[in-house]
Amino acid sequence: MDWSVIVMQLFTGLSLGMLYVLLALGLSIIFGLLTVVNFAHGAMFMWGAYAGVSIVAMTGNFWLALIAAPLVMGGYGLIVEKGVIRPLYGRDINYPLLLTFGLQFIMVEIIRIFWGTSDQPFTAPELLSMPVELFGVFYFPSYRLFLIGMTIAICIVLWFFLEKTNLGLIIRAGTRDALMVRALGIDMGRIWWIVFGIGAGLAGIAGVLASPITSVYPEMGIPMLVQCFVVVVVGGMGSLKGAIVAGIIMGEASALTTLFYPPMADIVIFLVMAVVLLIRPSGLFGRAGLLE
Amino acid sequence: MVDTETATVETHKEAAGQGLWSKVVELFSKHPLLFIIAFFIVFPFVVPYKALATQIIIWGLFALGYNVCLGYTGMLSFGHAAYFGVGAYTTGIVLIRLWENVWFGLLSGLVMGAVTAIILGYLCIKRRGIYFAMLTLAFAQLLYFIAFQWVDLTGGDNGLRNIPAVPLTLPGISIDIYDPLRFYFFVLFFVVLALLVLNRILQSPFGHVLQAVRENEPRARSCGYETSNVRWLAFILSGTISGLAGGLYALYLHFVGIESLYWITSGQVVMITLLGGMGSFIGPFIGAGVFLFLEDVLSALTANWMIFLGIIFVLCVLFFPSGVWGTIKELATRKKS
Repeated sequence: MDWSVIVMQLFTGLSLGMLYVLLALGLSIIFGLLTVVNFAHGAMFMWGAYAGVSIVAMTGNFWLALIAAPLVMGGYGLIVEKGVIRPLYGRDINYPLLLTFGLQFIMVEIIRIFWGTSDQPFTAPELLSMPVELFGVFYFPSYRLFLIGMTIAICIVLWFFLEKTNLGLIIRAGTRDALMVRALGIDMGRIWWIVFGIGAGLAGIAGVLASPITSVYPEMGIPMLVQCFVVVVVGGMGSLKGAIVAGIIMGEASALTTLFYPPMADIVIFLVMAVVLLIRPSGLFGRAGLLE
Repeated sequence: MVDTETATVETHKEAAGQGLWSKVVELFSKHPLLFIIAFFIVFPFVVPYKALATQIIIWGLFALGYNVCLGYTGMLSFGHAAYFGVGAYTTGIVLIRLWENVWFGLLSGLVMGAVTAIILGYLCIKRRGIYFAMLTLAFAQLLYFIAFQWVDLTGGDNGLRNIPAVPLTLPGISIDIYDPLRFYFFVLFFVVLALLVLNRILQSPFGHVLQAVRENEPRARSCGYETSNVRWLAFILSGTISGLAGGLYALYLHFVGIESLYWITSGQVVMITLLGGMGSFIGPFIGAGVFLFLEDVLSALTANWMIFLGIIFVLCVLFFPSGVWGTIKELATRKKS
């Protein structure tokens, strides 16, 4: 097999890994601060994609969709947190999980009612539809390169936000010890609210970015959600570094198995997870004993 | 939950004879098994059609097994489709390829359910809480993808078809059990068996340790119990019953669909258990009844019936976290005081 095929597949794996990273970051940031496992994250990803489809259908502008869909989903996240998740704080940690599990059924059915069950067409903008030549040896879809670049940019913005702003400082402190932050006079309820919105917004942007390379259909979030759980478990729940590293590993593992032994492509990430958990039960970057 | 049940019984004793409602609840609490069994004997004659009754007790049995995990030991598994599906596939494959014997087929389903739970349980119980939930889900999806790819054995996407309607052999006679009513009582036999076995186990010291783990695991450990083994055993017990339920489902449909391993199946059993009420014997069956009856009614009205189930489930989590049976019990207790 030509090595350029392998390099090309590595790039494809990276672009898949980037989608995992975006979703896992949202899951992980919500979990780290709110201790809520958002089972509706896959459905929010799917809604993001449909929001993108609708905006493109209305305005014909992909770039507008890329900005507006995450905002819409972020707003939706704010409503969900205030409306149904907030009443469950202080109860057993499993209840938000169960609630979001029920919520995703509702979200999937709403899409089925208004858009039907068939695939929605979504093409990449003209500018990104041409393949580009990489290293002078192979052609790579420019949209996937854009996806990789966008994710890196989002990660940098997120890093900057968490490390260099006051709000980011509060969020990091809240992840360590929410009670202490509260004692210092900070309204953690508001912080939780904002963080849930950010997580939902990340799911929304992942949905728009994924649309041109996967098809847009009501159940598209389900396999994605399960794979992102695997990413988060492998990376270590609540660790953003873990989400990024594990997301890339899983994307590459999946892409390379697709190349060498396709029947294993769906299975390999679970095997990687089993191995990682046997060696490091708290994941690659997880803190042992966090919220068990 | 046994503790709360005894507590309820005592409150009932103090104020006996206050209304029919609480009397019924009291009797239920005192002799739950007897009443469940008596109820199930009448049950197929009161539901719209007998196949629905069969479906309800099969799902009830599955939820009963699941409840050992969630209700009695406090482990939220999101991957019980694995044991149900493996049980269903094993029973089906054994009947098609190996030996046309109902007993052997069901036994193999049950054993394979247990074996799967032994292996996956070993990996999953290393983690607790939500990690446990995500791990069980991920491993169940692993099995789903394997079954999906292994077309020669499982039929892949098309499912396992043409499971033979083998007559039930007892010493000296062989009975055709595929008449709806006969099949109902055939399933009921296993449900009662499972109820008796579970009742015995949960009232044993081991059963009390399970509940101790649910209430406060560090404390149970400091009392000298090897809690991870206890959790593993509960998980295996739960997987075994789920495997049996899966086997019965394969016999009932003469078919195993790939969706029996899908995570929606895992989710459905969580919903059933929560709707009915955790940690009781009757809860899972009430949950299965409510769920399947709603499905039956709503799916006739609209193709989007899942939205109603989703809404009911969300409302249930928000306002009635103890489920139908739990809420009935709470109401009965409140009336007294």
